[in-house]
Order: sequence, then structure tokens, then C-alpha cells
Amino acid sequence: MSDAIFTENLRKVYAAPSMRRFRGLSSRGSGPPPIVPFAPVRTTDKGVVALDTLDLRVREGEFFGLLGPNGAGKTTTIGILTTRVTPTSGRAMVAGLDVTAAPDRVRQRIGVVPQRPNPDRSLSTLENLVFHAAYFGIPLDRAEQHAVDLLKRLDITDKADARVDALSGGQQQRLMIARALIHEPQVIFLDEPTVGLDPQARHDLWEILRDLHAHGRTIVMTTHYMEEADQLCERIAIVDRGRLLACDTPERLKASAPGGTLVEVTLDGEAEAAVTPALAVAGVTRAEAHGTGLHAYSERGGEAIPALITAAQSVGRVVTNIHLTRPSLESLFISMTGRKLD
Amino acid sequence: MTTPSPLAAERPRVSPASVFWALLRRDARVARRELPSFLVRTIMQPVLFIIVFGYLLPRMGFVQAGYTSALLPGIIAVSLTLSSVQSVALPMVQDFGFTREIEDRLLAPIPIRLVAIEKVVSGALQGVLAACVVLPIARLIMGPIAGLHLPNAALALGVTLLGSTVFASLGLVIGTAISATQIGLMFSIIVAPMLMFGCAYYPWRGLDAVPAFKYGVLINPLVYVAEAMRGALTPSLPHMPLWVACAAMVAMSALFLAIGLRGFVRRSMS
Repeated sequence: MSDAIFTENLRKVYAAPSMRRFRGLSSRGSGPPPIVPFAPVRTTDKGVVALDTLDLRVREGEFFGLLGPNGAGKTTTIGILTTRVTPTSGRAMVAGLDVTAAPDRVRQRIGVVPQRPNPDRSLSTLENLVFHAAYFGIPLDRAEQHAVDLLKRLDITDKADARVDALSGGQQQRLMIARALIHEPQVIFLDEPTVGLDPQARHDLWEILRDLHAHGRTIVMTTHYMEEADQLCERIAIVDRGRLLACDTPERLKASAPGGTLVEVTLDGEAEAAVTPALAVAGVTRAEAHGTGLHAYSERGGEAIPALITAAQSVGRVVTNIHLTRPSLESLFISMTGRKLD
Repeated sequence: MTTPSPLAAERPRVSPASVFWALLRRDARVARRELPSFLVRTIMQPVLFIIVFGYLLPRMGFVQAGYTSALLPGIIAVSLTLSSVQSVALPMVQDFGFTREIEDRLLAPIPIRLVAIEKVVSGALQGVLAACVVLPIARLIMGPIAGLHLPNAALALGVTLLGSTVFASLGLVIGTAISATQIGLMFSIIVAPMLMFGCAYYPWRGLDAVPAFKYGVLINPLVYVAEAMRGALTPSLPHMPLWVACAAMVAMSALFLAIGLRGFVRRSMS
């Protein structure tokens, strides 16, 4: 069985924004910023490194998650795989085709659900689907039937003839999913599909995605919600600052999370000095400083808190906040990056 | 992974022509729905001009009756100019701005440049439509026009199509180069002077009186459209040689299209 997606040494460096600003009227720098949706990850003299040698492999029929904070390179990865971002170097294959060598043929095989719904506002809901199908060479009568079926399946039939502005956020998101499915793609990409949805709409969307997956579609989804990745994905790639940190099933990732409860103690100054006394606390297996945050992994849960406060005070620091995190994807992420997801 | 997987083989390739046709049909559907506002947007300005300069002023005796013969082809040129530029540039500025509505077409399995070329074709057709609507209105308001030679309808249509292509291509340049916040500025700085110094409201030969202007306006594409239109509609009156005007229009179309396509690809891809 072949891979649905395969990337090798994938790298993307965007031109430095400061240089773009000076190009004036004639350049795209004059408009709203193009798709560079991240906080600068790492700036070199050549530009902003959004993706740094990413190797991924997604099997056919897999539900795959890209998990990482804003600015991790998720959207850039999706951009490359959906042929909208040109990689600086490396190789990316989708459905067996090279995205730079055969972008048109790749597009024929993928469906894309964008981060923010971008329906064609001059058309009605149904027309959005029918015309999108026509852009993929599907004859009108077949497209219309298929569109009606999809609207029914996604429960927006009553809005078929409405202009898309009349749709709620959740309905527009479902329209985007219907649009991504109308040409029966082999691989579906969803970029943060549940951002901005209310809990009910989010769970409805989960059901739709589970159903698609059950029907054998390959799904690649980015998210910065731990719960979402945990609930839906068969495998998760954790990315941060353009690099792949881990890639496995949610179960195995969670099992690899550092033992015990993570106690995050925020201090009124640098936490570095508090690491040594914290390590001496009974039950603490590991302690690290992240700025003013002291991260201690405790085998005895919250019982270590009083001793950690004392440890901080012993180096002249005052504790301003305490947060407990049970072993989870989140604590794994924090142990890998020293940062929270959102 | 160097050999294509079985996945790659199973689908027939979509023909770019059929996708192009679908894109055109989409624009036609939208244009039909927005016909009233399209007509107002593109016809208002020329018609007001016709009323003032083609009807009121001649009646008042401020301009000679023969002025309408010089004005009519220019007005047609202005109509197609406004229509083609706006029908490409305005939606595109929005598309590349906040809404990103064009994404659904950028996902089509055809080269991205074809999406831009379709926009130019659709804009050019809207320019032709505007010219065809304004001509009878102008004739109606101005009354009989000396030297109007309608048997050249096919030639006039060809000139209209060529002129519309020039300005639809310019619309692509503008639509990909400026942001939504600058659109008003663009009309004040680029379009308004282009209309006034485009030899639309006076013949180019009339500028013999002001040589600096006569050669200065030659960078203005509207000059060639207006002069070619004079060559087609009122051939007996003085005008730039038709072949010169047409050659200039072809060259300018090619130039604008090349710049516009580059801009389009740059805005679509990162």
C-alpha cells in the first residue's frame, strides 16, 4: 500500500517581512499580509524559517493530526501539501504525485477545508458546490445530485438556495467540508477546522469527520486542541518551530509523557535557581526552569506543592501561580517544548 | 516513492478547456445576477458625459455640432475601459484581500495562470457588453451624428474586443498590485487622469495645438482605444492610423497580461 502523503527534508523559508515592506506599491507587501500565518519562528538573514526539514509519512486511509501551537509550521505544511506554498527545498508527495512537479494533478486528488471559511459569496450555497464540481470537470447533472446529497448529509439542505452570507459560522464550515468532498478527493486536508465553532458545532463536525474516515478517506487535520487530536486522530505528529518533535498514536504519545503530574510554579523572577532545591523535593523526578516558570514532574501529584513553594522561597522567590497538569498530550508537549499549546 | 502510486493512475485528467468554461459560466452567472449594478457602474459616467457634452453644450452653442462626432467613439472607449478594468480589478482586490474567495478556483486542477486569464477574458467580454449598451444610448441622446459610419460594425466590434482586452489586462495588474484600502486612491490617481488625458473627449489630432501633450498622452492606453474607435466608427474624420492604434493595443495587452500574470501567481502562491 502506498503512502497518501510523504515528505522528505521539507523546508520553507519565507522572505524576510522587513524586506517586503520596502518594495512598496508594486509588491504584495502593500496588501494584507499573504499566507504567512505564524509568529516569526526563526529569522535568519535569508528570511523566516517556517518549516525546518520536516519528514512525514501518512498512510492511505489514515486519520492524521498535525498538532502544534500557532506558528509551529502547521499551516505552511498544509500549504505545501495543497500546492499553494512552494517549498524552499525538500520533497513532498501527495497521492503518489510530487506537489511541485504536478500541482494540477495533486489538486485533482485533494479536498481542502480552509482555516477560515472562504465560500464564493456571489453564489448560493448549492451553486458553490455545483460550480466547484464544475471546476473539477464534473458534469452539471451529476454535480447537482451529488451537491444535494452532500447538503443533506451535512444538514444544511434548508440553506441550499440561500446566499452564503446567510449561513452561520458552523454552517459555512460545513459548506467548506461539502465543497472539499464534492469531487471525491482521496485526501482531505483540514486546517484548524473547529476554531471559532461553538461546542455543539464542534462535536457535529467531529462526527462528520469520523464518518468520512470510516468510509476510508485519508484525513489530515491540523489543530492546536489536544482533546481534538486525541479524540479523532489515529496518529499525531507534534510539531513546533518548524520541526517534527514526535509522531505516534495518541496512546503511545501519552504513555511517553514524562511520569507524574506536572506542577507548573510561576515565580516572581527567574526560576533557574529554584531547580536544584525543587529536585530535592520528595517525589519530584524532574525539574526545569522556563523563564519565570518552574516545571516540576511529581509522582505524588499535588502533594509536592508545599515543598515546592518552600524550595522557591529558599532561593528568595515568591510563588505567584500554580498549575497542575495530569500526564497527557499536553504535558508531553510542554515537556518537549517548555511551552503550552495555546 | 519515485514511481507513481496506483492512486495516481486511476483518474482521467480534467481538460483545462472544460474547467475554463466552467469558470466563465460562473462569472456569467454572477454578472447576470448583478446586471443592474453592473450597468449603473459602467454606464452612468459615460451617459452623464453624453448628456452634458453631447446634448446640453451643443444646444447651448458652447461647442460646435460636429463635436458629437469626435465624442461618440471616445465615449464608447471610456465605457469599455471602465467596465473591463473594474470587472477584473474590483473583485480581485477583494479576493486577495480579506475574503480570499478566489481560493475555491485556485484549487481547480488547472494551472493557476489559467484562472487569471479567465478573469481577463470575462472582463473583456463585459467591456464589449458595456460598449454595445452605450452606443445606442449615445446615438439616442446626441441625435444624428455627422460622419458615423455603421457598416464597419465588425471592425468596431474587433476594436472593442481588443480595447477591452487591454483594460481587462490592466485590471489584472491593478487587482493584484494594490490593496482594498487603496482602491479609491487608485481611481483618483490612475483612472481619472487616464480618462481625461485619453483623447476620449477630444481627438488626438486636436492635440497638434499642444505638442507636449500630443506625445505625452501616448503612454495612455485609452488613447489607442479611442483613436481606433474613431477609425472604425467615424473613418472620415481625422484619427490615428488604425493599424498603429491596433498594434499599440496588442503590445499593451501583452505587457499588462505579462505583469498581471506575474502578480497573480505571486499573490496566489507563497
